[in-house]
Amino acid sequence: MTSRSIAFLFFFFFSCQVIAEIAGFPFETEAEEQRFRELSTELRCLVCQNQSLADSNAGLAQDLRVELYEQVLSGNSNKQIIDFMTNRYGDFILYKPRFTLKTLFLWLTPITLFIIGVVTLICFSRKQGEYSTEQVSDEELNKIRSLIDSEDNKK
Amino acid sequence: MIPEIGHFILILALCVALVQAIIPGMGLLNRRVDWMNVAQPAAVLQFILVLISYSILTYSFIVHDFSVLYIANTSNSELPLIYRISGVWGAHEGSLLLWVLILSAWTAVVAIYSKRYPVDVGAGVTSVLGFISIGFLMFTLFTSNPFERHFPAPVDGADLNPLLQDPAMAIHPPMLYMGYVGFAIPFAFAITALVQGKVDTAWARWVRPWAIGAWVCLTAGITLGSWWAYYELGWGGWWFWDPVENASFMPWLTGTALIHSLAITEKRHALRNWTVLLAILSFSLSLLGTFLVRSGVLTSVHAFATDPTRGIFILIFLGVVIGISLMLFAIRAWQMRTTGSFTLVSREMSLLSNSVLLLIAMLTVLLGTLYPLILEAITGEKISVGPPYFSSVFIPLMVPVVFLVAIGPLMSWRKENLSQLLLKLRQPAIIAVLFASLLLLVLPGKANFTAWFALLLAFWVINNCFALLKQRLRNTNNLSQGLRRIPRGWYGMITAHIGLVMTVIGIGLSSVYSQEQDVYMAPGDDRTLGAYRFEFIDVKKKPGPNYMADVGTIHVYKNDERLMTLHPEKRLYNVRRNVMTEAAIHSNLLRDLYVSLGEPRNLESGSWSVRLYYKPFILWIWLGGLFMVIGGLLAVTDRRYRIEVPDEKLKLDSTHVAAS
Amino acid sequence: MSQPVENQSIQPKRWVYLLPLGIFVGLVILFFIGLELNPRLIPSPLIGKPAPSFSLPRLHHPGEIFQETDLQGEISLLNIWATWCPSCKQEHPVLMQIAKANKAPIYGLYYKDDPEYGVEWLKNNGNPYRANAVDKDGSVGIEWGTYGTPETFIIDEKGIIQYKHVGPISWQDWKDKLLPKIQSLREKSDV
Repeated sequence: MTSRSIAFLFFFFFSCQVIAEIAGFPFETEAEEQRFRELSTELRCLVCQNQSLADSNAGLAQDLRVELYEQVLSGNSNKQIIDFMTNRYGDFILYKPRFTLKTLFLWLTPITLFIIGVVTLICFSRKQGEYSTEQVSDEELNKIRSLIDSEDNKK
Repeated sequence: MIPEIGHFILILALCVALVQAIIPGMGLLNRRVDWMNVAQPAAVLQFILVLISYSILTYSFIVHDFSVLYIANTSNSELPLIYRISGVWGAHEGSLLLWVLILSAWTAVVAIYSKRYPVDVGAGVTSVLGFISIGFLMFTLFTSNPFERHFPAPVDGADLNPLLQDPAMAIHPPMLYMGYVGFAIPFAFAITALVQGKVDTAWARWVRPWAIGAWVCLTAGITLGSWWAYYELGWGGWWFWDPVENASFMPWLTGTALIHSLAITEKRHALRNWTVLLAILSFSLSLLGTFLVRSGVLTSVHAFATDPTRGIFILIFLGVVIGISLMLFAIRAWQMRTTGSFTLVSREMSLLSNSVLLLIAMLTVLLGTLYPLILEAITGEKISVGPPYFSSVFIPLMVPVVFLVAIGPLMSWRKENLSQLLLKLRQPAIIAVLFASLLLLVLPGKANFTAWFALLLAFWVINNCFALLKQRLRNTNNLSQGLRRIPRGWYGMITAHIGLVMTVIGIGLSSVYSQEQDVYMAPGDDRTLGAYRFEFIDVKKKPGPNYMADVGTIHVYKNDERLMTLHPEKRLYNVRRNVMTEAAIHSNLLRDLYVSLGEPRNLESGSWSVRLYYKPFILWIWLGGLFMVIGGLLAVTDRRYRIEVPDEKLKLDSTHVAAS
Repeated sequence: MSQPVENQSIQPKRWVYLLPLGIFVGLVILFFIGLELNPRLIPSPLIGKPAPSFSLPRLHHPGEIFQETDLQGEISLLNIWATWCPSCKQEHPVLMQIAKANKAPIYGLYYKDDPEYGVEWLKNNGNPYRANAVDKDGSVGIEWGTYGTPETFIIDEKGIIQYKHVGPISWQDWKDKLLPKIQSLREKSDV
């Protein structure tokens, strides 16, 4: 990173504290309101450091909330709205990355790790059922025993 | 002159750190006890020097010495005294000095306690901590000198970031750093053990209190930070999966795994490599967090102003420290491998499974945090990974963790009889199902599976704690005597586990049953949220010490009876011209009422946009954190960690140390 | 304490012990690359696509309409700006120089601002724009994916967006990035 890109930070005038309003958007149905709430937390305020549209007071976030509101009212589906946003701002605007080839690794790693973890633990334990002792010298074992005993006596 | 003295003393501290790192380290390798004995006095001296240097910076803050560049950037003549003291860690340079101070303080404490350990272990640990200290002192002196002057001095300073002018924010960073830095001690023990090729039950017993101590501080720091975000940021959230939050959460996850794994190593002399790895990881993740926050590679709400040379410096430091440790691990752990493993149904296995799950959770958080960076580095594309991703992958991983917290403590070491275990579990489980279902009926709002499940898990854990207590007391007739005989560490465990499920209850119920409204309100307007009616009275100007506030007045009614008056504020800070939201919150164990002001809409009619929230049980999230902290404190003060080891060789060594 | 031979089989393999180090080395490489990247820059998905359609009043002649088809015919720049934006003001002298160099016409999208201020500003400081469209409510700005003014697009003669620059253009940026892009586009269209 160069000093130029540091200076960049200062150019972003859309600070998260510019004059803006948190407007009350009136909805006729609860389902619409629910959809608006969900989408506005899943879309990112582009100009803030790290906030969703719902949380941000920035001017652009307000404009995009109005856009979102109008689209929800006109009955556009979630997919249509998300496509609208990504066609203009790219996938960066989505807090919940779409499941694509590029995010495959992101979405599948946790479950893969979980399966690997469970399988390893089971393999690790089953064989052990038959040989439950550890490889320790007699001297060490006596020491451990005395420690455990002294502890048990304390209780 | 005074800041120059502070600078000079910091350079002296670096020299002492070099001595502290190198001489005992050489002593360890060459088996020279006299060299090893340098460790303790050097550590104490280093701490004293850093403390003086730190005090000088604080003094310069208090007397408004704006010729010091750092103070001119982070303080102001209007700033109240308390924030001039906490302002020392209000930006990068000073917070780094605080980091160094805390590191040297922990080191000095370890060095003083090192009488309890064999002299070579004490020397090794002090030496490793010395090396870490060298890195951070060099980082401070070469890239982030807080004593740098600039002339002519400005008439006044640029003020402390108003977000940080808050009591919780004043103590949040020191707690967090004490946690981060605290994990340096288990790390240092792990490295020493790897060098010596010796990890045994005694080792685990030495490390355990330090690991728990660091974990306590980190837990407190994270809890405070989350609470601060909740009341200060004005939109009622308490965790945002922000990169910087994740940076503090990852060492917490591995640290939690570490303190449980240490229990196995201590009691069963098993899983030694796993424990050592977790000790290395916990501190490595603390360093990684420092890098992420201070280098600017990720965008975050909390990140410090960025500077590329700093980023590269920490990256190199991080690479050297962690790289060497993991290399040492790869070589030594292989040599020290044991064949210990356990039956599937045993206390060991449940502890091990839990630490594996916590590690997977940590890796998931790490992946989510870094994925945008990975993708950009490879394809140049930008994506965001935010709260929806983390909640959808993290929560499923935490359910089995809480499940194991419920059943693990009831199992016996080595081998548990499955049918017997099920018998033990049956009654508490039935009661938990009943309780959770009943409570769900009593709670306002629709019945909801998430809420029920959170309550079920919580009650199950709590019931099992009682079952465990009963099991403990089954051989005693005298109740109070029986209770007193149970070691304090056991109470610590129970308290921390109950704390965990309190947090689970808080998260589950508040996320399901919260209600909120964003509305425009003019004087006289009212809105109803659940059983509460909020009446907007007015907004008036009121000056503060270094800001001008718009103070709202909102009356809250329940059943037409006035319950309280809330005063949310919107503050405009004089120097930085930042607007801060101060939410007005009324908390009790059952619910929070939360009101924050948005923006004025119409000055003539006096209408404002207002956010109203009703958040049931949200306080439990942080109360849970408090219980975990108390649990950790109970465990760390357990009697058995205070007993001197009656070993002749140790006594000889310790007298030797005292004499030098 | 005899040691059952079978126990060896459940030992983690050697490479497992190297795994943490391997992952870590990968991370360090990633971070070195990451330090070079700018976290605030968001690439535009509009590149390679036709300019979004709009139809707005002109700044100086509010009765006339300015629309995306007016951008076609030659390679042009579209600059999104406002008078409330300090970095747009900082950029202004560079735009004047670019206009003087006469490599490509500059059109303006006057974003979320009062036309009066814009006319006043251009009168006092010089007008680098061939024409300006007034986007009073910012809705066209959303169509163009604006997130941080000033933003500058390079549009080819067919009206396809070819490049986007976010933040004020410095003379260096113009020489190193925008001008070469314009020249390469021109060469392509000549062939």
